[in-house]
Amino acid sequence: MLSGIKRVFALLTTFVLAGPAAADEVERWGVNMTKGVTTVSSDIYDLHMLIFWICVGIGVLVFGVMFYSMWAHRKSRGAKAANFHESTALEFAWTIVPTIILVLMAIPATATLYDIYDTEEAELDIMITGYQWKWKYDYIGEDVKFFSNLSTPRAQYELDGSDVEGRMANPHYLLEVDEPVVIPVNKKVRFLITANDVIHAWWVPELAVKKDAIPGFVNEAWTKVSEPGIYRGQCAELCGKDHGFMPVVVKAVSEADYAAWIEERRMAAVKLRELTEKTFGFDELFAQGESVYNTACAACHQANGQGVPGAFPAIAGSKVATGPLDSHLSMVVDGSATNPAMQAFGGQLSEVDLAAVITFQRNAFGNNMGDTVQPIDILNFKKKQ
Amino acid sequence: MAHGPQPGFKRWLYTTNHKDIGTMYLWFSFAMFFLGGIMALVIRAELFQPGLQIVEPEFFNQMTTMHGLIMVFGAVMPAFVGLANWMVPMMIGAPDMALPRMNNWSFWILPFAFAMLVSTLFMEGGAPNFGWTFYAPLSTEYAPPSVTFFIFAVHIMGASSIMGAINIVATILNMRAPGMTLMKMPLFVWTWLITAYLLIAVMPVLAGVVTMMLMDIHFGTSFFSAAGGGDPVLFQHVFWFFGHPEVYIMILPAFGIVSAIIPTFARKPLFGYSSMVYATSSIAFLSFIVWAHHMFTVGMPIAGELFFMYATMLIAVPTGVKVFNWVTTMFRGSMTFETPMLFSIAFVILFTIGGFSGLMLAIAPADFQYHDTYFVVAHFHYVLVPGAIFSITAGVYYWLPKWTGNMYNETMGKVHFWLSFIGLNVTFFPMHFVGLAGMPRRIPDYALQFADFNLIASCGAFLFGASQLVFLFNILRTINGGKKATAEVWEDADGLEWTVPSPAPYHTFATPPVVK
Amino acid sequence: MASESSYYVPEQSRLPIFATVGLGLTAYGAANWVNGNSSYLFMLGSIVLAGVLWAWFGQVIKENMAGLNSDQLKKSYVWGMGWFIFSEVMFFAAFFGALFYIRTFALPWLGGEGDKGSTNMLWQGFEATWPLMTTPDAAVNGDAAKIAGPNAIIDPWHLPLINTILLLASSVTVHFAHVFLKKDNRKAFNWWLFATIALGVAFLFFQVEEYLEAYQELGLTLESGIYGTTFFMLTGFHGAHVTLGTIMLLVMWCRSVFAGHFKKDDHFGFEAASWYWHFVDVVWVGLFIFVYVLGS
Ligand code: HEA
Ligand code: HEA
Ligand code: HEC
Ligand code: CUA
Ligand SMILES: [Cu+2]
Repeated sequence: MLSGIKRVFALLTTFVLAGPAAADEVERWGVNMTKGVTTVSSDIYDLHMLIFWICVGIGVLVFGVMFYSMWAHRKSRGAKAANFHESTALEFAWTIVPTIILVLMAIPATATLYDIYDTEEAELDIMITGYQWKWKYDYIGEDVKFFSNLSTPRAQYELDGSDVEGRMANPHYLLEVDEPVVIPVNKKVRFLITANDVIHAWWVPELAVKKDAIPGFVNEAWTKVSEPGIYRGQCAELCGKDHGFMPVVVKAVSEADYAAWIEERRMAAVKLRELTEKTFGFDELFAQGESVYNTACAACHQANGQGVPGAFPAIAGSKVATGPLDSHLSMVVDGSATNPAMQAFGGQLSEVDLAAVITFQRNAFGNNMGDTVQPIDILNFKKKQ
Repeated sequence: MAHGPQPGFKRWLYTTNHKDIGTMYLWFSFAMFFLGGIMALVIRAELFQPGLQIVEPEFFNQMTTMHGLIMVFGAVMPAFVGLANWMVPMMIGAPDMALPRMNNWSFWILPFAFAMLVSTLFMEGGAPNFGWTFYAPLSTEYAPPSVTFFIFAVHIMGASSIMGAINIVATILNMRAPGMTLMKMPLFVWTWLITAYLLIAVMPVLAGVVTMMLMDIHFGTSFFSAAGGGDPVLFQHVFWFFGHPEVYIMILPAFGIVSAIIPTFARKPLFGYSSMVYATSSIAFLSFIVWAHHMFTVGMPIAGELFFMYATMLIAVPTGVKVFNWVTTMFRGSMTFETPMLFSIAFVILFTIGGFSGLMLAIAPADFQYHDTYFVVAHFHYVLVPGAIFSITAGVYYWLPKWTGNMYNETMGKVHFWLSFIGLNVTFFPMHFVGLAGMPRRIPDYALQFADFNLIASCGAFLFGASQLVFLFNILRTINGGKKATAEVWEDADGLEWTVPSPAPYHTFATPPVVK
Repeated sequence: MASESSYYVPEQSRLPIFATVGLGLTAYGAANWVNGNSSYLFMLGSIVLAGVLWAWFGQVIKENMAGLNSDQLKKSYVWGMGWFIFSEVMFFAAFFGALFYIRTFALPWLGGEGDKGSTNMLWQGFEATWPLMTTPDAAVNGDAAKIAGPNAIIDPWHLPLINTILLLASSVTVHFAHVFLKKDNRKAFNWWLFATIALGVAFLFFQVEEYLEAYQELGLTLESGIYGTTFFMLTGFHGAHVTLGTIMLLVMWCRSVFAGHFKKDDHFGFEAASWYWHFVDVVWVGLFIFVYVLGS
């Protein structure tokens, strides 16, 4: 905090003392919109600056006249009040001139908007689904899909988290994920955006893509990135408790790297399916279950299994987690019948992860059921339905 | 009829007097301003530095929601109604409001509504946590049980506003003194007449949308659920059809107040009276056809996007006319800078800055970058705090001598002004920067690059908040004594309210004055 | 514009604060009730509110008969009622707007047409039709759907047509009542007003009949997707307004028959009720066209 205050003073002094150096400071401090890395983002940036300078111009004029009168026509200086209070010519002028200015602004704005809306001829389609509070990416036609969760350690951001130093040293605090969405450069990528529960919005400033993810409807957006790189953004529509904790990370890579990545993902999926047949030991399941729990469940049920009273039930001592296995399976695989906040995880997690997290819940936080759930049990449970 | 107020608390419970009711509205709104302000301070304290320090995200969202709701429905709107109650009958030479008993009812249901709203903080599952715009389905399928109380509270607030508005319309249309033609009415009366129409037109729509929520939550309808053939975006259309005119409801009376104060202290008649009236009407009309500029990113068809962009941009024209008229009123006047004038001048400057950022938001493609960031938060606090709040403050200083019979302390007023002016800009100006740099709104914690400006903003908020204590103190002192005010109070002030003694007698204009 | 010097400003009154208590209890009780708790508070509140309103109107009537109300004051009531009705119009507008939006935008998108047609990939097999007999949920999930459509809908040319005729007729009868009142023909006034009330009751009777048919035979309920939603919300709110209007007219009738109220040039209470009635009638015409006829 002290360092923060020092920086404030540093900024103030640069603004005051060094005219040209201030420009660099402005850049470093991030006081303006990013130019971004796509044609659309730079068009929007130009549009933004254009309107900004027009407003500054009008402002200087209007406030100029005002400050002049406040200085020149003040009573203490002996000013006598005039008595004019009408002028059709003036009124006419200051109706027409702003209208013309507005029309001039509207022209480039309209052109840019048409460009943004043109999602035709995309070379790659990615379906993006917002969940409370993570994103799912589905490469249409590629058999590649995965969830992308915040990967900043909980200890760095939770209220009773202890890792304050880690937080202050983490350059991507709250803007990092376990699995970024990967796209090839120089290809027009279309995003099909929707949501599973509430409205979210998928936003990456450097791509200038922001589109609401509406449950039950699909919105389209597109981008074409020219520079390989990692671009970070956040969910931009209030979506509940962890709205501030569902970042977007886009990794733009060369075409060759992209092809290799897709291949790798495919192989991984095949491997995962094979694992479903395997029988795991308790410790193995419990350990993996803990990590799954922390990424997928702890947002609501809390890392200590205590839940949030009134909103999310505790797992510790929960009737479901310490009751018959079938109702536990059904709660996790199909979600709650009464409260949509408890999603159906059957389609979100692999059989292995499901088995692990259920095993974990039945044996952690003082729940001592002693049973193990195997991936094959999950598969059988799903088949029964 | 001629006697004064009854002693004791019954005076306030049973009163039918527009001045009593106005006073109650004003105190209520002041209390709500402090309550909403304290919630804002919780928000600012949490955002003081990165990391979660004092509140859980769940509670943070409740604070944001309640802050927005309380400020909009509890602080700004009742303050304007309070001023209307006090001033409109005096300005048009009427003995009271047209429907005095209903006037009392409109007021007293408000504290009930807000008691109910605030009580949700103590309910299981917590208070509403879905933002003051309460988008479905977060506010329907995913809401805490207290949402039902929120819905009924909104219903009562709506009823209060509609009754209040009907009363004002009836008063203005029916009770003007002989000779007070429409085009002779003070602009405050004009702006309130138009505001009242906006209220009557849109509050029922708000009632409609919360009713749809209630049905979706408890009675199985599918307004906002795609599975049944509805659409969550329908909620937003109906909400903003109310919501956009609502923001003008919070600014048109402000225009009226400032149009009364600037001529007084410039000692020169208001420039372009009739164009002010036409501009106000045009703003009100346009306000009905721009609502979807809050929804540029929901994926509207491009035709809709363009229509709402153009219509929104057009509002700059009549608003500009107003700004130019105020500036021209000052031009070649003979100005002094008492506290009401200071607040009014700050209003003109800072509201215009807020208007400029509004115009930037109106450019649909650019809004794709601005939307739901702190740039929007900066915009609307510039139009609301130095807009609505400053105009109310200016009005209170301007008319306080008329209400109490005493002059307020000018030095303290100036201290209040400068602390507020500085505090406010320190709070809200940096929000433009963090917004442009990419900080979303409604988040309890943020990435490190936003840290410095948030720290500055939080400091400013506490300064601004503390300076309001000066205001409170000044008001209390003025009520209890101080230099006696003359009937005219201000040199050369124009209007019927300055023809009656200060403090204004309990009943004014039992026989209507004749206006030439 | 003000002309007389005596605008009656009532003395202090207890009515509003009691009405506040009534309304507060009603609202708080209603919220409590729909949240699954007891309905006592709501009942208590409604009774208090109804009682206070009774006393309030009684007071206004008394003042009027005592000659306290100048012409100017009466005009305030006229403006008040007029703009109140306008606010009701806007309330209905919100629901008509919702219907319009759903039919023109949302459903076609869900069915794969128009700008957001790619939405259909979430609801494969769903087709946009109106009336919506198969919801998107039902199109995708078949019998497992939580929100299924209705089996059939109300035929506009039976009960609704009868109801249209009844209500249109009632607007005419209430107008005649007014005409006779202005001619000071008390007896005819009472009869025409009675006829209006009877038509209103008949309308309500058939409306209930229609709802029973919808729920019991057609599977058309509040819960049967957006068709049922819009159908019942629009007709339901209208029905509630007819009920209120009928009560208002009934009160006017009682006042005329039992208390001999109203004069040929002083009867705003009745006039206000009749305006309300005309308004309810106009809404019905909108409903008949947009919900029943164009909806089948
Ligand atoms: C008092 C309240 C108030 C007022 C007066 C305004 C005024 C305006 N607002 Fe604002 N607005 C809000 C309150 C208000 N707003 C609130 C509360 C929100 C957020 C809601 C939420 O999401 O929570 C919001 C959000 C908001 C958005 C949505 C942003 C987003 O969520 O992405 C937009 C977009 O168009 C917008 C535009 C405008 C415009 C164009 C005006 C115009 O009326 C401004 C006109 C004024 C001027 C332009 C200045 C003076 C003119 C001149 C000097 C003339 C010459 C000028 C030129 C030709 C440039 N506002
Ligand atoms: C008229 C309306 C109005 C007013 C006056 C204000 C006033 C203030 N607002 Fe607010 N605000 C809104 C309307 C308003 N706001 C709305 C509609 C939203 C959107 C909500 C949403 O997203 O849903 C919002 C959101 C909002 C946010 C964003 C929250 C988020 O996105 O998560 C922030 C953050 O800083 C904020 C801050 C402030 C501050 C610091 C003030 C200050 O001006 C307040 C100053 C007042 C006081 C501080 C109280 C008085 C003083 C005391 C009680 C004395 C004690 C104090 C001290 C000794 C310091 N407001
Ligand atoms: C977005 C919030 C959220 C997330 C994430 C979440 N849950 Fe839940 N969970 C809930 C809610 C809400 C309920 C209460 C459901 C009800 O009342 O029917 C619940 C209930 C449960 C229960 C029953 C508890 C009881 O005693 O009633 C279990 C078991 C459970 N969840 C397991 C999980 C597992 C395993 C995960 C992660 C893979 C998970 N939850 C993730 C919100 C969540
Ligand atoms: Cu997802 Cu905000
Ligand atoms: Cu708006």
